[in-house]
Amino acid sequence: MSARDRILAKLKAAPLLPKPEPDVAAWFAAHRPVESAAEKMARFRQHIEFAHAEVHAVTPASWLAKLREVLAARQIDKLLVAEGTAHGEAALDELPRQGIECPTYELPIEAWKTEMFTAIPASLTAARAAIAETGTLILWPDAAEPRLMSLVPPVHIVLLDAGKIYNTFYEATQAEGWKDGLPTNALLISGPSKTADIQVTLAYGAHGPKELIVLLMGDAQ
Amino acid sequence: MNAQPIHFKPAEGFRDRAKAVVDNPFLRQSFRGAMDFLMTKRAGQFPDAEELESLRTLGEQIRQYNLGKLPELLLRLEENLTRNGIQVHWAETPDEANAIILGLCQSRRAKLMVKGKSMVSEEIELNHAAEAAGIGALESDMGEYIVQLAGEKPSHIIMPAIHKTKEEIAALFHEKVPGVDYTDNVDALIQIGRKVLRQKFLEADIGLSGVNFAIAETGTLCLVENEGNGRMCTTTPPVHIAITGIEKIVEKLEHIPPLLSLLTRSATGQNISTYFNMISSPRQPGEKDGPSEVHLVLLDNGRSQAYADEQLRKTLQCIRCGACMNHCPVYTRIGGHAYGTTYPGPIGKIISPHMLGLEATSTMATASSLCGACGEVCPVKIPIPDLLMRLREEAFSKPHANPSMVGQGAAYSRLMTSVWRGWAAVYRSPFLYGIATWLGSRFAWLVPARQGAWTSVRVPLKPASKRLRDMLKERG
Repeated sequence: MSARDRILAKLKAAPLLPKPEPDVAAWFAAHRPVESAAEKMARFRQHIEFAHAEVHAVTPASWLAKLREVLAARQIDKLLVAEGTAHGEAALDELPRQGIECPTYELPIEAWKTEMFTAIPASLTAARAAIAETGTLILWPDAAEPRLMSLVPPVHIVLLDAGKIYNTFYEATQAEGWKDGLPTNALLISGPSKTADIQVTLAYGAHGPKELIVLLMGDAQ
Repeated sequence: MNAQPIHFKPAEGFRDRAKAVVDNPFLRQSFRGAMDFLMTKRAGQFPDAEELESLRTLGEQIRQYNLGKLPELLLRLEENLTRNGIQVHWAETPDEANAIILGLCQSRRAKLMVKGKSMVSEEIELNHAAEAAGIGALESDMGEYIVQLAGEKPSHIIMPAIHKTKEEIAALFHEKVPGVDYTDNVDALIQIGRKVLRQKFLEADIGLSGVNFAIAETGTLCLVENEGNGRMCTTTPPVHIAITGIEKIVEKLEHIPPLLSLLTRSATGQNISTYFNMISSPRQPGEKDGPSEVHLVLLDNGRSQAYADEQLRKTLQCIRCGACMNHCPVYTRIGGHAYGTTYPGPIGKIISPHMLGLEATSTMATASSLCGACGEVCPVKIPIPDLLMRLREEAFSKPHANPSMVGQGAAYSRLMTSVWRGWAAVYRSPFLYGIATWLGSRFAWLVPARQGAWTSVRVPLKPASKRLRDMLKERG
C-alpha cells in the first residue's frame, strides 16, 4: 500500500462527523456595510497609506506626468514596463522622450535574471482591482505583465482604476467569479515588503519592493 | 548550514530548560516585550467584540465543516491540482517527506534550495536531511535566516528569532556574514539580509515553501507573508516544492476570506499581510516567469491519529496564527525553546503528542496553569484547555487496550494513582476527612521545611494547628 492509500485508509476509518456548511455570505452581509465609491476609495487609501504605500490621485490626462514626477523625485531614470498593455504602451510612447529608459519584459526570466535582480530600479504595472477594507491591490500577473515585475524592482508603481475598488476580499472573489478560473498566480499586495523579525522593529524592503506607489486613477476633472 | 539534529525527547530536560530561561532576565524581557506587543496589536484589530465572536464562530464552523469531509477533500484537491499541472505527493512520516523532497532535488541535480517560512519543514527536520544529502537548504525568512545562522531553532511559529536582541543579531551578522561591519541598526541589518539572500534567490535550483491554505475546488495553494521571500521562493527558482499537513485544506474559495482575516489579525495584529499569494499552476505556455514545475507534499505525521477521535480532531482546526502562545503566561515566561518541540506553546502541547507520541511529550500538557487564555483567543475556537485535560488523562491513566493515542499511559505511576485515590476517598467521607485533618493539626511539626519547587520561592505549607471545624465549635 502506498503512503497515499495508508493515509486515506486511516482517515476513512475515522467517524465522519459531518458538520453543516457555514453561511459565509450571510456573515459578510451582516457585518460588512455597502459603501459608496467615494467611501471605498477613502478607506482603501487610508489603509494602504497606513501600510506605508504612497498614493497619488491622477486622471487619464495627468498620470504620466505624475509618474515622471515620482521617478524624478527618486532620481530614477529607468522603468520596467509591460509591452502590449495600454499603460505600458503609453509609458513607452512618452517616457523615453523624456530621458527615462523603458526596458520591457520581452524574454523569459532565465535570459535576464541577473539584470532583473541588479539593474532594474523600478517597475510599472496595473492592478486588476483593489479592496477597501484592508487597503489591498489585486494583481493577476500574466504573459504581458509577469509575476516578478511586482516583486524584484525596489520601487513598484501601480496604476489602479478607482472604479474597481471592492469593499472586501470576499466581495471581489464573488463579483469576479474567481472560483471558476484562477490564473497561475493571483496576488494580494497591501504595501511595500516589510518585516518585524528583529526585536519586533518594523523595517521596510525586506525582500520585495522597498516602496509601493499607487497611481489612483479617477475620472477626469 | 549547521542545523542541529533534534532528538525528540521533550519530556526530558523540560524543567531545566524552563528554569534556564526563567533565570535569564534578557530572554524574559525579549519574550515579555514581544508578547505584550503582539497582544496589544491583536486587541487593536478586534475593537468590536460581537464581530470578533461571530467571526471566530464562523472560523470554527469552516474548519469543522472541512475536517468533516477531509478524505473527500484531499482527493478533490489532488484531482484539481493534478489537472492544473501541480504534482501531488503523500508522506505518512517525516522520513518519507524528506525522501520525496530530496529525491526531487537529486533528480534535478539541485545544489541549493531556498526556503520560505515553513513550520512543516521544521517538523520534518528538512534542513538537516538536506545537509546530510549534500544539498544546501537556506532559510530566507529574515527571522528563520537569523536562527539558521546561529545554529538554532525557531522559538515562535510566527516570529522565529524573537528570543534574540538586535545586538546579538548584529554580532551574529558581523561574525557569520563575510564583509559585514558591526551595526545594530535594524534597517541596516535587514538590508544586509536582503542583499545576501537576493543573490541566493538568483542561484537557487529549488524553492521550498509551506502552505497556509489549500483550496480543493480550484486546486490552489495559498501563502501568507510580509517579506516577499515566500513569493521569491515560489517564483524565481525553476522548481517549487510546497509542503503542508493534510489538515490545511478547505473545500471552497469562499472559505478563505474569513480565515485569512482571522489569521493575520490574530497573529500579528495586521488587518491583512503584505502579500497573499495564490498559486494554481506552474508556468503556462507564453508566461515568462514562475517555476516550470510545482509539487505539493501532503504530510500526515500523526495528524490522522488526532483525526480519529472526535475531541482530539479539534486540534486540527488550527490555522497556526500563534495567538495562543502570545497570550500564554507559561510561554511568555519560558519561551519557545524550553518545550523542545517544533511547535511550542499551547498549540505545541496539543499537537506534538500526535507527532511524537505521549511517551516523549507527557510533561507538555502539565506545563499549563489552565488559565484558559489560549482557548479564549483562538480564532477557530479550539478548546485548548479541554484538550490539555484530555491529554493529561491519556498520559497518566493506566495503560489499556485500544488506546486512542500512541503512548497512552506513558506517565502512569501506581504510586501517584494510589495517592490520588486516597485523597479522593478522604475528601468524599466526612469521617475520614475529620481523622485526616485531626492528624494534620497534631503532627504539623512533622511537615518538612523544604518542599521541593514550592519552597524555592515560597514559605513552606503547614497544616493549621487548629482545624476550621474546631474553631467554629469554639465560637459556638
